[in-house]
Amino acid sequence: MSEPLSVSTPGPLLDIAELAKRFTVGGKQGLLARATSFRKPVAPLPQLYAVDEVSFTIARGETVGLVGESGCGKSTLVRLINRLLDPTSGSIRLAGTELADFKARAFAANPHRARIQMVFQDAGDSLNPRYTAADAIADPIRRLKKMPGAALAARVEALADMTGLPRELLSRFPHQLSGGQKARVGIARAIAVEPELLILDEPTAALDVSVQVVILQLLQQLKRELGMSYLFVSHDLNVVRLLCDRVLVMYLGKIVEQGPAAEVFADPRHPYTKALISAIPQADPAQRAGRLRLGGEPRSPIDPDPTVCRFYGRCPKGTPRCAEEMPILHPAGSARQVACHFAT
Amino acid sequence: MTAIPALAVEDLSVEFRTRSGVVKVLEHVGFSVDKGETVALVGESGSGKSVTAFAVMGILDAAGKVTSGRAMFGGSDLLALSERDLAEQRGRELSMIFQNPRTALNPIRRVGRQIADVLVRHGGATRNDAPQAAIAMLKKVRIPDPERRAEAYPFELSGGMCQRIMIAIALACRPALLIADEPTTGLDVTTQAVIMDLIGELAGESGMATIFITHDLALAAEYCDRIVVMHAGHIVEAAPGRALFDHARHPYSAKLLAATPGETVSLEALASIPGGLPDLRRPDLPPCRYSGRCERRTEACDQPLPQRIVGDHHVVACWNPL
Ligand SMILES: Nc1ncnc2c1ncn2[C@@H]1O[C@H](COP(=O)(O)OP(=O)(O)OP(=O)(O)O)[C@@H](O)[C@H]1O
Ligand SMILES: Nc1ncnc2c1ncn2[C@@H]1O[C@H](COP(=O)(O)OP(=O)(O)O)[C@@H](O)[C@H]1O
Ligand code: SF4
Ligand code: SF4
Ligand SMILES: [Mg+2]
Ligand SMILES: [Mg+2]
Repeated sequence: MSEPLSVSTPGPLLDIAELAKRFTVGGKQGLLARATSFRKPVAPLPQLYAVDEVSFTIARGETVGLVGESGCGKSTLVRLINRLLDPTSGSIRLAGTELADFKARAFAANPHRARIQMVFQDAGDSLNPRYTAADAIADPIRRLKKMPGAALAARVEALADMTGLPRELLSRFPHQLSGGQKARVGIARAIAVEPELLILDEPTAALDVSVQVVILQLLQQLKRELGMSYLFVSHDLNVVRLLCDRVLVMYLGKIVEQGPAAEVFADPRHPYTKALISAIPQADPAQRAGRLRLGGEPRSPIDPDPTVCRFYGRCPKGTPRCAEEMPILHPAGSARQVACHFAT
Repeated sequence: MTAIPALAVEDLSVEFRTRSGVVKVLEHVGFSVDKGETVALVGESGSGKSVTAFAVMGILDAAGKVTSGRAMFGGSDLLALSERDLAEQRGRELSMIFQNPRTALNPIRRVGRQIADVLVRHGGATRNDAPQAAIAMLKKVRIPDPERRAEAYPFELSGGMCQRIMIAIALACRPALLIADEPTTGLDVTTQAVIMDLIGELAGESGMATIFITHDLALAAEYCDRIVVMHAGHIVEAAPGRALFDHARHPYSAKLLAATPGETVSLEALASIPGGLPDLRRPDLPPCRYSGRCERRTEACDQPLPQRIVGDHHVVACWNPL
């Protein structure tokens, strides 16, 4: 396992192409009906399009934010990239290596495993209650890298220092740690095997603002020191604006807009992005003027019509064309893309 | 104002017995919520927001004990009700949305059924019309394709969708008092706005009073009538949201605001709050539990805290307010 996996190839670190995940829904009855009625031809079971042919890249050292409506497929997308879930189709290339072909079940033992690590939303829930902080941090190193005991202990202490976790807390169990301390353990264990890509799914959602500041500043510092790329999922658009270089906006399984974070926030082009940014809570009533509120019914993610814009029905701008032709992601300015017939 | 409070919490103190001593988790907590009003409870984690909610709902765990205070609701003191009477009220009049939606849902029951169950038990629905009413609730919390998604199990839904199921369950019976513990934390801002509007609608139509626990100060300021700031088991400041943002008077409230991302231009411009919460097991806790972290501390601060009225509905518990 000593051959270098991460020779610096040109091109993006992560290259996602036409990645899709569909879940079969309809419950047990559906499956049973199918199994017993083998004589009659049956209609295919309904498919839920959680991630629908998504393509994007992440450069080395880049921080990319992923935002979008609850249930639009963000967690599914990051679980595909992190190889916890098998895609229905599409490609996941990490520095040129195709990862989509490896089965999720076997990936835990794969040497590429160390290259992508994840920090989960609820640091508490994702830590084993019977592991001390030191065990939790050492665990991925034990599994993915061979390291003698003394070196391992030193490495764990170094990681605690890096993430600002006092060393005396290393012998504690998760229930003896505060939310912020658990978040540090979650980050320390994720960076323990020196990943090239760190995926963070709402890492600060459970933290209060004061602890959040410390964790965000820590993430920014680690990125500078270690040169990792981040894929950062968050509902806090102010945080995304402050932390991310680029932002991807998803709506019902599709990327509808992407571009440099500062530009997208200052001048959103897709009607959904506009509604999203205009819904950021504001203490000052003057800032709420002209706010967009989405009416209408959201479209179903189950067997969606491939010729209708996913946002049609809620979009304040929708026209008959939107119900006949699905808009595709097209360039809008130098580094931006948007998927709407009327956005440029 | 002459409005009758729907809930008046007075002088509430709560202690927990732990192996390492008694923790004084709440001390002399008092606030009220009028009919149709939404009051936000904000503060660092560990400041006592959830314990306040649990005490009012009568669901403190066995180690916890209310050592003083009342919670007047509809003419009776919730803290003095028998377990049976309280359980009855909880179903019909009081409703709570918990912090961990996924763990509060039954993993092996379809979500539509779970809502229907509550409607039958407490909402006066029959077994026949409950499923339809459950679908209507799913629609209100903006679950796409509610007819089919009613058939889903919790594991088939995203984190935020489970959260919306919990909200649908809590609102299904039109409670008189809703306690919502960080109900929108996992939701995007457009869905969050829908939920806040829904709470606002019920407040307007049926006079529902809401205690809204959150970390998000801007959200509290936009949607709540008043904000109550807690620190280490004390209420340190209470004010209308705008007044708090314009001129926070308690040093701790000001620090909370400075840690909020809002309009800031860079991460470096945000400041975390120095120090941590004091150890609430200490027998010699100072009158001001913020004094160990405070830059404005003077000798006066060793005296029992004042309750200063500094504006309309604006109260601060500090000797040297900003
Ligand atoms: N195991 C599953 N079986 C069926 N459907 C699923 C499954 N997991 C996810 N889904 C569906 O896929 C869609 C996307 O879910 P996902 O968890 O990726 O959303 P999300 O964007 O992370 O939302 P949130 O912001 O609420 O966390 C949802 O419609 C969800 O119900
Ligand atoms: N079961 C318990 N036993 C001992 N202490 C507890 C218990 N539950 C809560 N506490 C303590 O009460 C304080 C307030 O907690 P909580 O109300 O959950 O805070 P918040 O909701 O504001 O984050 C904390 O110091 C917490 O550790
Ligand atoms: S294509 Fe039509 S419906 Fe879709 S976002 Fe654009 S205007 Fe709205
Ligand atoms: S009472 Fe004194 S120590 Fe406490 S917050 Fe006010 S100034 Fe600071
Ligand atoms: Mg998610
Ligand atoms: Mg809490």
